[in-house]
Amino acid sequence: MTSPATPQDRRQEPEAGLLSFYASPIPIRPATLGDAIASEWTKLRSVRATVWTLGVMVALMLTVGVCTALLLAANDTDLVGEPALVLGFFGVLLGSLCVITLGVLTIGSEYSTGMIRTTLTACPSRVRVLAAKAIVFFSLTFVITTVTATVVAVLQTLILSGAATPSGGEWALSTVGVGFYIAGLGLLSLGIGAIVRHSAGAITIMIGVVLLPLVLALFMFADDLRSVQRFLIEYSIPNQLSALYGTTMTNSGPSGWEPLLVMLGLVTVALGGAVALLNRRDV
Amino acid sequence: MIELEGLTKRFGSKVAVDHLSFQVRPGIVTGFLGPNGAGKSTTMRMMLDLDNPTSGTVRIDGKHYRDLQEPLKYIGALLDAKAMHGGRSAYNNLLCLAQSNRIPSSRVDEVLDMVGLSAVAKKKSKGFSLGMGQRLGIASALLGDPEILMFDEPVNGLDPEGIHWIRNLMKALASEGRTIFVSSHLMSEMALTADHLIVIGQGKLLADTSMADFIHENSRSYTRLRSPQYERLRDVLHQEGFTAVETAGGVLEIDGATTEELGELAARHQVVLHELSSQRASLEEAFMQMTAGSVEYHAHSERDPAAEPPAVGAGWGENWNKPGSNNTEGK
Ligand SMILES: Nc1ncnc2c1ncn2[C@@H]1O[C@H](COP(=O)(O)OP(=O)(O)OP(=O)(O)O)[C@@H](O)[C@H]1O
Ligand SMILES: [Mg+2]
Repeated sequence: MTSPATPQDRRQEPEAGLLSFYASPIPIRPATLGDAIASEWTKLRSVRATVWTLGVMVALMLTVGVCTALLLAANDTDLVGEPALVLGFFGVLLGSLCVITLGVLTIGSEYSTGMIRTTLTACPSRVRVLAAKAIVFFSLTFVITTVTATVVAVLQTLILSGAATPSGGEWALSTVGVGFYIAGLGLLSLGIGAIVRHSAGAITIMIGVVLLPLVLALFMFADDLRSVQRFLIEYSIPNQLSALYGTTMTNSGPSGWEPLLVMLGLVTVALGGAVALLNRRDV
Repeated sequence: MIELEGLTKRFGSKVAVDHLSFQVRPGIVTGFLGPNGAGKSTTMRMMLDLDNPTSGTVRIDGKHYRDLQEPLKYIGALLDAKAMHGGRSAYNNLLCLAQSNRIPSSRVDEVLDMVGLSAVAKKKSKGFSLGMGQRLGIASALLGDPEILMFDEPVNGLDPEGIHWIRNLMKALASEGRTIFVSSHLMSEMALTADHLIVIGQGKLLADTSMADFIHENSRSYTRLRSPQYERLRDVLHQEGFTAVETAGGVLEIDGATTEELGELAARHQVVLHELSSQRASLEEAFMQMTAGSVEYHAHSERDPAAEPPAVGAGWGENWNKPGSNNTEGK
């Protein structure tokens, strides 16, 4: 056996009358959330899906962001007083599909492979497993999205040097703000994945969540549906994302950092529901 | 030590496990038997807190599974060999489990070596054969060097060498004082490995006894006689008050008589014997006899229309006293 055990480290004496004869030399100390996080990090970094989805996202954000900037520069298009940062939006919107996929797969692949049984045998606390997954996944996607968004924003500003100079707040929103928002969208996907336990189903639901409000709004011509239509557009995920860039389809609705609060609310509900279900359900 | 008390699991209207109460004791191998669908896997899942019992409790060393701090160090389980992420290497599959229970990563190499998978440690586990997957599952059960080990059909898909290895492994683990709980449908294998038996049928406890008692109580022992003077032997036996069952190939089976008695009887009447052997029933026969009434899923043999879905006392257990079932394997 490898780990040197000190007698104090040994397991507690079992209750009277329940003598177990075998004592393992591997010491027992209460495992913590930190151990679960280490475990989830190993899981995330050791599957191809992570590299693929995040790689595709970075590639999309870079190519779409730089290409739009180059096109506009070549055509001498006027950005009507907007800073060049807004061009980052399209790449991020496409990239968000990758984050959704990875978020769902983080938990969905455990169900599809049966690994979830092994995972929960090793760590019976459902809250801890889900929290560890959420923390690891959120940190990774936040860092990658923020860094890529920053690189794209810098490149766009350099390419379109004639556009308006962005303020510090605008910089923060379109980099860190976008990072938080996209990572939050990923967490929402993780929560939905845990609730439906089926990767393809959860990804479909999440794509619906992103696209459906806008599609529905398209068909709401009736006057008495105006307010519903307006709500659907304003609170659709693409519109909230573009609000982070300071441009929206309407003039009301969430602006500034508000989309992040909305996302926080959604994530809390989804993850809370997932924990409640995981605690109740058979695996 | 695992203790079950009134454990019950219902899936809709189906009662999969019905008020099971028993203990699995340390230091021995306890076999868990039951026909398909008897509720063995469901019981094991409830022991690991994967399925919530409808009622009743399971205690591991007096604690609920969810209260175990680092469960892999108390109890290692192989439920379903494929319960690993196929896209991850064998090493990483075990590493993430080890990390969640603070097991040093050197232990991962140790268990991979123990099950003979060191050479493919870095290979994705989805490429593994059935037997390799099984070995990886066993490695994950051994990871925390736990005092309790639980295996659901561990020899599934293993080659003869692997079966031999598992048998010796379980015996060795039990001799170190560990609690071993294992289910299997391979009766000959079980007869060689288990010391104690828990038998269930349709979710209910049918037996909780030692292996020897189980075979003794649930099967018959008889003596096999073969003679060129078949007719004469039969008449002699009849005169002396023995009931002989005639089976194929001119063999007579006699219950309730020793070989000594029968040998002397034949000598007295000058009957030539070509065979005089005492037959002891195998675990398989004993098992089929006991569970005959609780078999849920019957195969229907086209060649034997008599084997229709039977009432209590029939089923595949009816083969037990039919011609040609004088199985002598086991103990
Ligand atoms: N999740 C589930 N939902 C509904 N019914 C279930 C579920 N799991 C098991 N069952 C039913 O419970 C019964 C017991 O199943 P279980 O898998 O525990 O049997 P088993 O003894 O392990 O059988 P086998 O020897 O074939 O492995 C079966 O009739 C099965 O159909
Ligand atoms: Mg089973």
